[in-house]
Amino acid sequence: MDFLRPTTWEEALAAKADRPEAVPIQGGTDVMVELNFDVRRPAALLDLGQVAELRAWGMVGGFCRVGAGVPYTTIIEELGGPLPGLAQASRTVGSPQIRNRGSVGGNLGAASPAGDSHPPLLAADAVVEVESRDRGVRMVPATAFYLGVKRSALEPDELIRAVHVRPATGPQYFSKVGTRNAMVIAVCSFAIALHPGERRVGTGLGSAAPTPRRAYEAEELLARELDWQAPLDPALLRRFGELCAAAAAPIDDVRGTAAYRVHAIGVMARRTLTWAWNDHLGRRAA
Amino acid sequence: MTETASTTTTAGQGVGESARRPDAVLKVTGEFAYASDLWLDGMVWGVTLRSPHPSAWIRSIDVGPALKIDGVLAVLTHEDVPGVKFFGLDRRDQPVLAIDQVRYQGEPVALVAADHPETARRAAAAIVVDYEVRAAVTDPRQATDVVRHQPVRRGDTFEAEVVVTGEYEVGMQDQAFLGPESGLAVPAEDGGVDLYIATQWLHVDRDQLAPCLGLPHDKVRLTLSGVGGAFGAREDLSMQVHACMLALRLNRPVKIVYGREESFFGHVHRHPALMRYEHGATRDGRLVYVKADILLDGGAYCSSSPAVVGNAASLGVGPYEVPNVRVDATGVYTNNPPCGAMRGFGAVQACYAYESQMDRLAEACGLSPVEIRVRNAVSQGSRLITGQLIDAPAPLAGMLRDLESMPLPEGPPATDLRALPGGVSQTTRGEAVRRGVGYGVGIKNICFSEGFDDYSTARVRAELVGGEPHVTVHTAAAEVGQGLVTLQAQIARTELGIANVTVATADTAVGSAGSSSASRQSYVTGGAVRAACEAVRKRFDGLPAREALERFGPIEETREYRHRPTYPMDPVTGQGDSHTQLALCVHRAVVDVDVELGLVKVVELAAVQDVGRVLNPQALEGQIHGGSAQGLGLALMEEIQVRDGLVLNPSFTDYLIPTILDMPPMQTKILENPDPAAPYGLRGAGEPPTLSSTPAIAAAVRAATGLRLTRVPIRPEDIALFNNGEVSDGKRT
Repeated sequence: MDFLRPTTWEEALAAKADRPEAVPIQGGTDVMVELNFDVRRPAALLDLGQVAELRAWGMVGGFCRVGAGVPYTTIIEELGGPLPGLAQASRTVGSPQIRNRGSVGGNLGAASPAGDSHPPLLAADAVVEVESRDRGVRMVPATAFYLGVKRSALEPDELIRAVHVRPATGPQYFSKVGTRNAMVIAVCSFAIALHPGERRVGTGLGSAAPTPRRAYEAEELLARELDWQAPLDPALLRRFGELCAAAAAPIDDVRGTAAYRVHAIGVMARRTLTWAWNDHLGRRAA
Repeated sequence: MTETASTTTTAGQGVGESARRPDAVLKVTGEFAYASDLWLDGMVWGVTLRSPHPSAWIRSIDVGPALKIDGVLAVLTHEDVPGVKFFGLDRRDQPVLAIDQVRYQGEPVALVAADHPETARRAAAAIVVDYEVRAAVTDPRQATDVVRHQPVRRGDTFEAEVVVTGEYEVGMQDQAFLGPESGLAVPAEDGGVDLYIATQWLHVDRDQLAPCLGLPHDKVRLTLSGVGGAFGAREDLSMQVHACMLALRLNRPVKIVYGREESFFGHVHRHPALMRYEHGATRDGRLVYVKADILLDGGAYCSSSPAVVGNAASLGVGPYEVPNVRVDATGVYTNNPPCGAMRGFGAVQACYAYESQMDRLAEACGLSPVEIRVRNAVSQGSRLITGQLIDAPAPLAGMLRDLESMPLPEGPPATDLRALPGGVSQTTRGEAVRRGVGYGVGIKNICFSEGFDDYSTARVRAELVGGEPHVTVHTAAAEVGQGLVTLQAQIARTELGIANVTVATADTAVGSAGSSSASRQSYVTGGAVRAACEAVRKRFDGLPAREALERFGPIEETREYRHRPTYPMDPVTGQGDSHTQLALCVHRAVVDVDVELGLVKVVELAAVQDVGRVLNPQALEGQIHGGSAQGLGLALMEEIQVRDGLVLNPSFTDYLIPTILDMPPMQTKILENPDPAAPYGLRGAGEPPTLSSTPAIAAAVRAATGLRLTRVPIRPEDIALFNNGEVSDGKRT
């Protein structure tokens, strides 16, 4: 197995273009597990750990641009304000050691339906910046990024450079069911983001379908019927939960049953909307 | 090669004190050498090819493609086993390598040695095995091949005013030790082999190994390597014969170390159980009779199933006085993963069922969970259902009252997410959280039972080193993390009044110490070390140690120690004095349950345990905390999921064990009512907490949810989907 170690982004793109079969590795929290369990034996690993720019974040054109290698720990410590949903999700990833190494870029690259970053990225309308040497930069909305179980829109010669997320203008929440109280892969998860300026609510479902996905009908329901000045209508809340649950298409597996996942998505949808709405009204009152 | 146990200490390090562990700093800093760290220049690597099928004929094995790979040194099958081709703890029914058929997924079929582990793995994958898959027996209720059936019969009154029945199920728990199976076999000039190995019992390993290798015992020498946890999973052989076979064939040192996934296939698990209980009592809650059918799935090979069945039978109704009993415990062969020893050993499964029954009985009689238990509690002078007299203190009723009077934690619940069900995953901020409290009681036999010749051997040498008195303690007892090395040194210091004690690395150069299991090493090896120290002290002739050693020179004594004999259970009635010592632990669990999502936060565990005599307070508390955590795991998350004989979750990603955020703070009360038959009056302490924490937590979750919950581990859907009005195997109370 070849181990490629570019030190600049340009070198990394060149290496990926020349060796499209090379598997990019950032923190290694996913790739190394797959190697250890002999799930795959790539001909080459492309280590992005030397590309320093990937571990930086900054504000670009009104968006928070998070480098693909920014570890979860940094997101928790530095981005809780602009990206509360993503920071909450980061807090649920693995153990402290895993959060020190794992990154959103890695999560996107793996494109597992259970990845914790995906629901908040979907709910907040994130856009993934990908690039290849020969065709340049593509900006792929998160909604178009996930194509199937562990399959993404990334082309073989492309690398993920960053993810762009508009700083929160309203409350955001992330909620994840696991069978133990820490260090657990999602049985299923749910994210919500209120966009008060647009009178719109974003959603994201994790581990509840072959890909992370939004609950469009539930979002449309709220866009249509939610009164942004008033307390939450219990009937509307219930219908929101039902539509989020209906958006799920999960399977039975070792972590839980499909029936439980559908049920849990509905519960988390109701609860997170309630928390977000309380914050929203509280903010308005303040 | 294996660094153990050299301690030089002064006061505060004797029996009854929290002597420091010699391995503590090394383990915390990651410097401790485990068996997986074994290394010898020139060594090569062994890898095991395992069956992908739970049941199949082997039509042929073609090792040719593996042998063609560069770096491959040997490929062995059952035809290459030099001696007896079978091994086993109780019965020699398990082939060293599969012969013409496989009986479980993961059964070893062939071995490869190569100069690099990756080469060996690729070569193993290149071996072509032609399997003819056949139907597998995976439902123990359909199994016809019985390992052991043990009835217990007492009395003939099986009618009562109040009758409660229940069916219960316990999933397959894994010991989940962190240090995978590993060892290094080194061929010796005398034609024998030296094996450095992480195990629980060096001598019984050798007893099985030597015949398989076709060697006399004295040519098979074992030395204990660094053991990363055991909990019963190292009682059976794993890679011992395999590494020695390869080493003898190649005349080179061979190391085998399992990966995490392979480890799940490389050792036995706790028997899953299906149990049906019927309890009859008077209206005021006094037990009249208990009927119980306990079915234990032993999997493909015998392992220690007969003894597990014996425990399930003799301890099948718990520490309660029951005049009339019909218990039938049965272990069967299936094509599921082999099951054998795990902390609690047959008593765990029954405890979950009989304690669930006691709660139902309490409800039927209108009594509290504590009151129903107190009314039926055994005490010194009671008899077990086997007729055996409890002749040592057994103050169960008082322990329950102590437990009940401990203050309850405040609640519910804090605003800190970590204190809520789901933790930082933020599934609730208090919505649908209900608190429940539950109690559990357990009784465990300490040491080996049913007539086993259970002994340990200790050699103690006192001498002057650099003019200072120094003691060396040498036994074959396996330090598996429990603190036995520390305890042996404490005993020597106390008995000989000499501060400087070295505990030699355990090996087969000294007599057997028996197994580090059944909570027995403090008792039996502790007893042997004390006896050897006493013999050395006698030779001091009344002089202080330094003077004696100056006058007489080095003094060495070896002693064997046996506990009181035990006797077989009658095969028809189950009667007999089958145990030597019995230990009690009681738990109270407080839980917060998110009843809508089915997630549980254990808020607190409180325990009262009678240990006879505290030998090392810190180590003892560690055992109680650890045992309670393992019981928590069985109650809420730990299960090897097996479908059609195939293991679905052989990884720590999906086999979940409790983290620090799952295990709550504990209140403990430790009683010291000495057992006059035991050294220092001690009572084995490692297993009892594992029994009672599971039913206590299950009871607390029932109290919070109002559901019957007849299966552990309790899954989120068992709670959530029932409350949601959908399918569930939980039944409404």
